[in-house]
Formats: sequence, C-alpha cells, structure tokens
Amino acid sequence: MSSTPRIDSKIPTGPLEQKWTMYRSTVPLVNPANKRNLEVIVVGSGLAGSSAAASLAEMGYKVKVLCFQDSPRRAHSIAAQGGINAAKNYQNDGDSVYRLFYDTIKGGDYRAREANVYRLAEVSTHIIDQCVAQGVPFAREYGGTLSNRSFGGTQVQRTFYAAGQTGQQLLLGAYSALQRQVGMGSVQLLARHELLDVVVIDGKCRGIIARNLISGALERHFGHAVLLCTGGYGNVFYLSTNAMGSNVTAAWKAHKKGALFANPCFTQIHPTCIPVSGDHQSKLTLMSESLRNDGRIWVPKAKGDSRKPNDIPEDERDYYLERRYPAFGNLVPRDVASRAAKERCDAGFGVGASKMAVYLDFAANTERYGRVEANKLGLQNPSKSDVMRLGRAVVKEKYGNLFDMYKQITGEDPYEVPMRIYPAVHYTMGGLWVDYNLMTNIPGLYALGEANFSDHGANRLGASALMQGLADGYFVIPYTIGAYLSGEIKTKAIATDHDAFVKAEAQVQERIQKLMSIKGKRSVDYFHKRLGKIMWDECGMARNKTGLTSAIEAIKALRAEFWSDVRIPGDAMNFNPELEKAGRVADFLELGELMCIDALNREESCGGHFREEYQTEEGEALRQDETFSYVAAWEYNGDSAYTLYKEELQYENIKIAQRSYK
Amino acid sequence: MSNGTMNLTLKVWRQNNATERGRFETYNAQNISPDMSFLEMIDVVNEHLIQEGKDPIAFDHDCREGICGMCSMYINGRPHGPKQGVTTCQLHMRSFKNGDTIVVEPWRSAAFPVIKDLAVNRSSFDRIMSAGGFISVNTGNAKDANTILIPKDDADLAFDAAACIGCGACVAACKNASAMLFVSAKVSQLALLPQGQVERQARVLNMVKQMDAEGFGNCTNTGACEAECPKGISIENIARMNREYLKASMD
Repeated sequence: MSSTPRIDSKIPTGPLEQKWTMYRSTVPLVNPANKRNLEVIVVGSGLAGSSAAASLAEMGYKVKVLCFQDSPRRAHSIAAQGGINAAKNYQNDGDSVYRLFYDTIKGGDYRAREANVYRLAEVSTHIIDQCVAQGVPFAREYGGTLSNRSFGGTQVQRTFYAAGQTGQQLLLGAYSALQRQVGMGSVQLLARHELLDVVVIDGKCRGIIARNLISGALERHFGHAVLLCTGGYGNVFYLSTNAMGSNVTAAWKAHKKGALFANPCFTQIHPTCIPVSGDHQSKLTLMSESLRNDGRIWVPKAKGDSRKPNDIPEDERDYYLERRYPAFGNLVPRDVASRAAKERCDAGFGVGASKMAVYLDFAANTERYGRVEANKLGLQNPSKSDVMRLGRAVVKEKYGNLFDMYKQITGEDPYEVPMRIYPAVHYTMGGLWVDYNLMTNIPGLYALGEANFSDHGANRLGASALMQGLADGYFVIPYTIGAYLSGEIKTKAIATDHDAFVKAEAQVQERIQKLMSIKGKRSVDYFHKRLGKIMWDECGMARNKTGLTSAIEAIKALRAEFWSDVRIPGDAMNFNPELEKAGRVADFLELGELMCIDALNREESCGGHFREEYQTEEGEALRQDETFSYVAAWEYNGDSAYTLYKEELQYENIKIAQRSYK
Repeated sequence: MSNGTMNLTLKVWRQNNATERGRFETYNAQNISPDMSFLEMIDVVNEHLIQEGKDPIAFDHDCREGICGMCSMYINGRPHGPKQGVTTCQLHMRSFKNGDTIVVEPWRSAAFPVIKDLAVNRSSFDRIMSAGGFISVNTGNAKDANTILIPKDDADLAFDAAACIGCGACVAACKNASAMLFVSAKVSQLALLPQGQVERQARVLNMVKQMDAEGFGNCTNTGACEAECPKGISIENIARMNREYLKASMD
C-alpha cells in the first residue's frame, strides 16, 4: 500500500504571469465524443462540487454528484456570510491580480504555493462575471454597478457581497447550474449518500463505495475520475462554525488509501464568533468579518471592569487592534485578530459573564452613517437620536440578517449594545495534498475547495474561501482534468463486480458491523465533545511541545475507549443519524492525532499555527524559514504511523519577510 | 440571562419509515436552559434516549444558523414554531416556559413523504428547480459583470426573493400544501433581472408544470406561507408569478 509517493507539484515552467495562460493553451484535450464515455464522480455539492459538476457536465462528461444532505443546496458553503474577493479594481483603488496574489501569499504567512495563488487571483475576475450572468443578486450602487466592501488583510475594497448571505447566493447560483444539468440528464444526483471509501485499481482511483443514508444500503460507483469537494475538518474540535454534518470522512478514507494529507495543523480560528453560552452548545455561530468594516473592537482598560459597555466612557476603552496595528487596525488578518483577543482575555480584560469575550461596537459608524443620511435629507442640526435612527437603517441594510441572528442567539440587541464576540474554529487551510492540476498523488483522485490544502498557506484571508471554491470548480478543473482524462479515453467503464470494488465494500460493511456491535454505554457525542476539548486546549489558538505530546497520548486513549464503549442505537439498514455520526467521529479520532503530530513537527509559528516557543518579543508569530518553508505532506502507514514528505516552497516573485500589519 | 432551567413535556411524532404507521410518543425534557436552541433541546432528549437504550428522534438539521434550510418541523402546529422569521434551529428555549407541553411533527404534505420521524423527503423542490429555476449560461460565456447595469431597487427586490432557503415551511403552512411561494420566489428573482429575460416565459411555464406534477396544491391566497416563512418571502411574489404565468400562457 505504502509505495513512496512522489511529491511533484507539476507547476508549469515560465514566468509566473504566463504559467496558467500557457498551460491552458497546451494542456491535452478530450474530444466531445470521448467526453460522453468518460465518467466523473463529484463528492460534495458546495461551491467547489456544484460548480465543478455543472461545468464538467456542460462540457459533455458523464457526471454523478453525491451529497449527504437532502439537497445539494444545503452544503455548508451556504452559510458563508461576508463576501467573495476578486481583483476587478472597480473601486479604482489600486487593485490588481498581482496585489490580490501578494495579499494572499502574505496573509497565508508565506506558506502557500506562488503558482496556485497567482492562478487563483487571475481567475477571480471571471468568477464575478459568471455569477452575475447566472443571476446572483450581488449588492449594487444606485448607478447600477456592483458594490464592494473591505475585508481583513487588505487595503483595497475588492469584496463583492449579497448582504450577509453571499455564500447562500453564490451556492444557489452554482446549484441552479447543477440542477439544469440534472434536468438535462447530464448529471445523476444522489442526495443523502455518503462516501465511505475510495476504490483504487492498479494505482488509479476508479470509483467509490457509498452508503445510501435512507436505506442504509452500500453502493458501488465507478468513475474514470473522482473529485472530492467535501469541505474542511473544523468539526474535529466539536465546537466550530461548521455545519453539524461537516466531516473529514471522504478525505480521510482517501488518505488511508494512500493520498497524502498536507499541513493538517493549519486551522483558522475566526476572531468574531458568538461566545459559548453553556455545556449544551452544539455549534458556534460566526459574525461575519465584514462587520469589522464598521465595528470597532475593544475591551475596558481596567481589569475586571464589570460596568455595562455603554456606561464605560470612551477614554476608558482599549481599542487594542487599532492600538497595536495602526496601519490595518480592526482589519488585520484573522489569525492576528484572534490571538490579540485571546491575549486580552487571558490577561484578565475579557467581558461578559464568562470573561472570555471582547466587544464589537457599531456605535461610532452608526453615527457616521446617520450624519451622512441626515445631510442627504438636508436636516439641520439633527438630534443624536435622529442621527442614530438614520444610521441604524444603513447598518440594517448592510448587516440586518447578522444582527437578527445575534439577537436570536444571545437575546441582546446589537443595535443598542455592542456585540460580545470571541474566536472560534472556522476553516481548515490543511487538506489533501494536490498538485497544480488539483490531483492528489493517487492518479484520478482530485480534491477541490476547502478539502485541498493548496492556496491559503497557514492562514486564509477573509472572502477567499468562496473565491477558491468557485475558481477550482468553474475555471481550474475543467482544464486540468483533461491532462489526465485524455490518457483514459481507451479505459472502458470497469464493472463494479471487480474484485477491488467487492473487497472495498466488504471492508466498509465490516466496519459498520463493528461499530454497531460495540453496544457500549456512551453516545457518539460524548466522545466527540471530549476529543474537541483536547484539540481546543492543546492544538487550538496556541500550541506547545508539552501540550501536543500529551494530546497525542490522550487521543489514542480516547480512540481505544470509543471503539470499546460507544453505543449506536437502531439499525444499520435504516435511516440512522447516530451511525453516520459514529463513522465521522471515528475518523476525527484519527485525524486529531495527525494534526497534533504535524503541529509538533512544525517548530515555528506561522499564520494560524502558533507555537508558544516561537514568538517575537511583541508576541507575534515567528517563522523559521530556513527549516520550515515547506508543505508537510503526510503518508498513512497504518495505526498511528505516518511518514513525512516535504514539498519545498519556492518564492521567485515575492520577497518573503516578517509579516507586519502595523 | 439564565433565569433558571425548565422542565417540558414533548409529544413527538415517531415513524420508523415511509410505509409504517406513525404515532405520538411522550418524552420529558428536563433541566432545559433558556439559552439552548430548540434543536439543542432535542439533542438533550436524544442523549437520554440513547442512555436508556431507545431509538433517538431522527430529525433533519445541518448549519444550525438558519440558512441551510434543512431543519423542518411543526412545533405546536406551526412550521418552525411560534416565533416569526426564524427557523427551528434559531428558535431558542427562552420562547417557552417551565411546564409547557410541546407537540412536534414532521412536515405534512403528499409531496414531502416522511423518511423517519421528523425527517421528510423534499427532493420535489430540486426537481422543480431542474425544470427551469436557472439561467442557461454555460461556464465561460459571461461578459464583464459591470456591463450589466441593474437598478438598485430591482437588485434589492431580486435579492429579497432569492433569500428563500427552500425549507418547505410555506408548503407545510398551507392548507392546500401549495408550493407557490417557493416557486414564485425563484421565478420573481430571475424575472426581475435583465439576465433572466431570455427564458422568462419558458421558465414560469416549466416550473409551474413540474410543481403541479409533484402533487403540490393550489394557492387560495390565505397568506399562511408568508406568515410562516422564516425568511419573510413576500406573497407579492405569488402575484408576480401569476402575472408571469398568464402572460406566458397567452403568448
């Protein structure tokens, strides 16, 4: 199983700005008649999966789409709030492909591939065009042109948005394109289906084993290529902003069949989420980064100040991001903002009942907007209450759904009092290792969107996840898949009674039976919560050698306990959400260990990976470029055994430097 | 905020699969915090059922932030419960009081067959979308986005219609199990935008045809759909769809 994988990123030669253009002009093609005989399985129906499936079907490939939800439209891309970046320079503020590329590499703390990121920045402009053509209702100015806003880690306004529901609108656009192909018979849709293994024949990926979640039946599906568009693994922490069903299972099954898993410890902790309210909590809710456009983050200057926020005078507030990072202020990248919040709370300046929160305050900008509106209306000397009323209407139009959500969850009105926020797990930069073609080291097996590792380095900038998902699906895979499938035109569909399919299905069946037969005392959630606590405490916002070493042992022990004491009620041959969860948590119990191994190996701080042993005097992340300027790609060699392969990162176009947002 | 926990009685519809008969079962939900969401309260009940060796209540849910449209249940006879403008996952237990009895059922509609307990099959919505809920533009055919100017008011109206999450509460609320609010939201969004004009007539005819084929009922203007829609989709969209349909039928 574990023949030495080759780490060949297959980055085209030539100058950076010509690589993708040249690649597209020279990549082998598949003629239309052959496309009709080539089958592609797309697993996951979020932005990456839906856009890839629709685009490949439009080109003529035979496509199958699987999603575990009841409809492709439910995929968690739907929950993305703030926006999508594109280097359109519609604001005439100096944006360009190069600047988006540069911001993304710097934001990722110099741990992403130059060629991939440049391509991402290049195709970003086409994404907006494509989405508008589909009828995505982006926010507009009165003149009818598209509107933009700012996001963290940049000094230009390049983020396109649809209120606080940008992910929803983009996903519904991709979903409509997908459903059009379903209606035409070009895509076969298998909702409520979950991948439980990939099938590899003679070293190439040739299909999958899936479980029909309604009937419980296992199914075999052949494909000339398989695309995993299955999102990230933030739910390893139990509490995260991910959907309840978001999981690592597809990527993990591929990993166990030989696909390398890259930079697993690179996790994004998002600074602005609603704080935990109690032990019952099942998930955390994000308050979009776009709020940092108009909100100012602060804590009281005095430790343990228990006054209500509106009673604390201006000069007794510490706007700590503006103080520490004057150039970027409240719009520093997420990793920086999260660590700064943790630092203030750990030092005793936190607010709210738990003292583990900071304020996100909209009063100043509400007043500013109110004055602009009053001027528009020609009001002379408007009263403060009139100004605030007018300002609130503007804020409501920009963020109304987010403010409503905050009020539903906390019972407090953010138009009247500042939001209380705290960092929470949000996104995972790590994922399956892929080359420039988005192919894993298993030929025929691809990973797109959050499921791969390729574009965000050690920290993703806001509004870049939507960009990457759609770039991969609409504009990258339609070209790069030809490089592989042009060599497969003579491969006939392999019958699913082939020995490899039979064996893979038997193994899946055996694992389900094993889970069902434990009949222990504890629920799946019990184990998931304990794993989450280990991960958050030892592999969260700050990590160190002692903690990681102990976490690895604790996870191993927890895994053994899970396999001897979990209780799964019901029947495997029926709709059984507890069985689904059990399979996913079993995989998280393995992934968590690898994340800690990776975090222990990476003896430096970069982006979201903060090793306490490596920081500057001011508490900023301190990279070790001499020794760690590489992608850590891990190979699975059986229980707790992993081999590390290194892909050295070459920076030919950007001079790497200590990241500064001051 | 925490003003003490609550003890509640739940009457929950249990049904093993699409074909077996269902029945109500009664459960106690104890020590429920007012800060829990309704689904977190069911999580607590399920944790106890698992401990007792019983089958937990199956229900659909995913994002738990009111946007995926997966959660779907009647709470005391109302889709998504007593609060206006929220999905079940965003309904918090502070909307209830100690000692309440709460009745929980799956969506009731012939076009949404029960899968198990509170989970239903809404693939009929996907098929309506496949019939015409799109603009036929292949990837790569788009011109620069700002060459299409759209008046802000039209863009805002289109956005309001596009905010539909496809949960099916409109169907569940309607005495006729009509899907007109869902279908009209998509028809309106695309009819209001210049990009949607080319297929405007075919779209409304095809989507309505599929809606009828799926077994959804007709609209009799009771307005229950709008009242129960967690995203506040306006019934004006139905009026717009009727106009679109009439125009398309006469041409």
